[in-house]
Amino acid sequence: MKLIQQTIEFFIHNRHEVLSLTLQHLFLVAAGTGAACIAGIPIGVLLTRRPALSKPVLAIANILQTVPSLALFGFLIPILGKHGIGALPAIIALFLYSLLPIIRNTLAGINGVDPGVREAARGMGMTGWQMLTMVELPLSSSMILAGVRVATVISVGTATIAAAIGAGGLGIFIFRGLRMNDSVSILAGAIPAALMALAVDFGLGLIEKRLVTSRPAAPTKSKLVARIALAAAAVVFVAAFFFMHRTPSDRVVVGSKDFTEQVILGELLAQVIETRTGIPVERKFELSTDILHQAMLSGQVDVYPEYTGTAFTAILKHQPISGARDVYDVVKQEYESKFGIEWLEPFGFDSTFAILIRKGDAVRLNLTTISQAARYTPKWRAAFGPDFTKRQDGYRGLARMYGLRFIAPPNEMDLALTYRALAAGQVDLIAGNSTDGMIDKLDLFQLQDDRHYFPPYDAAPIVRKAVLDRHPEIATAINTLAGKLTDQEMRRLNYAVDGEHRQPADVARDFLSSLP
Amino acid sequence: MQQLDAPEHNYAGPEDTRASCIVFRDVGLIVQGGRAIVDQLSFDIKKGETLVLLGRSGSGKTTTLKLINRLIDLTSGSIVVDGKSTADWDQIRLRRHIGYVIQETGLFPHFTIERNVGLIPGLEGWPREKVTSRVRELLALVGLEPDDFMSRYPAQLSGGQRQRVGVARALAADPPIILMDEPFGALDPITRAELQREFARLANQLNKTIVFVTHDVREALILATRIGLFKDGRLVELATPRDFRQSPEPEAQAFLDSLEEPVR
Repeated sequence: MKLIQQTIEFFIHNRHEVLSLTLQHLFLVAAGTGAACIAGIPIGVLLTRRPALSKPVLAIANILQTVPSLALFGFLIPILGKHGIGALPAIIALFLYSLLPIIRNTLAGINGVDPGVREAARGMGMTGWQMLTMVELPLSSSMILAGVRVATVISVGTATIAAAIGAGGLGIFIFRGLRMNDSVSILAGAIPAALMALAVDFGLGLIEKRLVTSRPAAPTKSKLVARIALAAAAVVFVAAFFFMHRTPSDRVVVGSKDFTEQVILGELLAQVIETRTGIPVERKFELSTDILHQAMLSGQVDVYPEYTGTAFTAILKHQPISGARDVYDVVKQEYESKFGIEWLEPFGFDSTFAILIRKGDAVRLNLTTISQAARYTPKWRAAFGPDFTKRQDGYRGLARMYGLRFIAPPNEMDLALTYRALAAGQVDLIAGNSTDGMIDKLDLFQLQDDRHYFPPYDAAPIVRKAVLDRHPEIATAINTLAGKLTDQEMRRLNYAVDGEHRQPADVARDFLSSLP
Repeated sequence: MQQLDAPEHNYAGPEDTRASCIVFRDVGLIVQGGRAIVDQLSFDIKKGETLVLLGRSGSGKTTTLKLINRLIDLTSGSIVVDGKSTADWDQIRLRRHIGYVIQETGLFPHFTIERNVGLIPGLEGWPREKVTSRVRELLALVGLEPDDFMSRYPAQLSGGQRQRVGVARALAADPPIILMDEPFGALDPITRAELQREFARLANQLNKTIVFVTHDVREALILATRIGLFKDGRLVELATPRDFRQSPEPEAQAFLDSLEEPVR
């Protein structure tokens, strides 16, 4: 009951964000599925004329549909380059997913037209085009519409994942909720998405039914319904489009990665720029490291908080080394010469990987270091986020240095979920983040990296030089944050969001006003 | 053109001087694998006659019909329609020159009766009032009250009524030739007899060249000016109904025997 109440409150308090994300979501779905209709129906028609093509074409569409959506986004980023994040790749992915049901139903619908009717049409001397537009398409319209309906409902669901590549939509709430261990936020994304899917299903189903039953009934009425639906869809589409694109021309784009600390840092940067320079800021938060880096290179993002260790190993592909100052100097110099990106003064905290276990286990087994824990890990299960699993300075090196083994190969899952899994006892060891607010909230314990495996992860804002040349005042504004955030301070801010479910923007604002 | 009182009395024999409307010359259709669906067809169809193509299932009669409006393309020989080889006709023009009626009619289920009948005149660019008055005229001709039927959909009609609409539709743009592929095949015997009677009347009245496919020898004897009998893709007999009854051809005898089989 409490959850329902909280969710309702959330909707009331955040109605503008809910509305804007819902419209974004609708826009993505309408654009993706709309494009799939425009391409898919003619393709379906073509396949009825060239039956030999139908097998390979359907096979390709089938394969496209089995590609997991995140993987598809991953493929699209390098292909699209400059437009690799945001609405475009999301729309392309939704387009590709929608193709199969639309092509298949167009094909089936037209092939299902009574052969007698078809023969009569040909025998009467209708041209191919007349036969298609006057006979075949009208008679298969309800079947085609059923395909569009399936495609649209799938798209509403898939579009939630588009938040991962900065396309916005209701997925923002869901990802945020997963990260913050906040069921209300998950529901705030899932409920409107589910309602949207139901509404689309119901609405298109209604039109479909009209088409089927229209023959003996008055045809004008069904046409009217179809027209109203079309008009409504067009209005929503146009509204959503304008909603998304009413951004001022000269602005700074602040990015962030997809976890709480980064969103808070992103908010801090955004607010500092807004209040101290007056330049409008666009936020493109909750992206992955690779995507952010691509976006910086292509000029889609101007500023974001990065960690020295991440830049050193994941971006510059160096072997991990220790020594905080060294690493900062190296990445600063190389970013400037290679990418035209400037590292500003560090925030003041080191956000390194933290090997976490439950506090209960630490006390019971008297563990403080990773070396000590290595004796027990063969009886434990582990889970890691995708970053830690694949990175140079991630799991493989760690296991080698400490001789870690587990019952089974570690599970790869969403980072936020590993915290939940550890607290719930489903796994016994995870790799979290040393500044993570959840460490205290979930009563977890950070094992000491006694062999100094992890390189330093000093957090610092990085900015495109082109932007600094245009607006040097940005550097001055951002550098007011230099050294202001200790490890402890950062953990407190993270907990305010993750533990107390406060909005990152509010937490950032409070922190800024507490600064002298 | 002269009135046709009774089809049997009207045909003047091979020496008939009326123009041939459709001419088959050594027509064949060989499908992949070398099998001949029809072979060595040479015969003339006279203007204004009703030629009934009779035969068992798979004898090639329907194929022969579809060769005329090029729903199927022949592989050898030639068919001349109104002085021009079908290969030289524009396909669409050829088909609109020829009315076409099939079993179960092939009416468009999403069109009203009015739109179904008026479709080809409309595509031919007739003014709307002319199309409407033509539809009314034709529905009256086939025995359907226009005001009652124009706005209905095919699903709201009985099988016999639909077949009447199918005939009206084939006549709509006033084509000189009508092809009919077992048009009454799916009807109950009573409706069928009724439509056959009316069709005989219509054929007299309209003076169209009609090619009519059936496997029902009774129907052939009632409607035909001449009967063309098909067996295994070949024309084995071409005769007036009167001569057909005397034909020595075994296949003709087989059909006639079936007519006289006692019911009890």
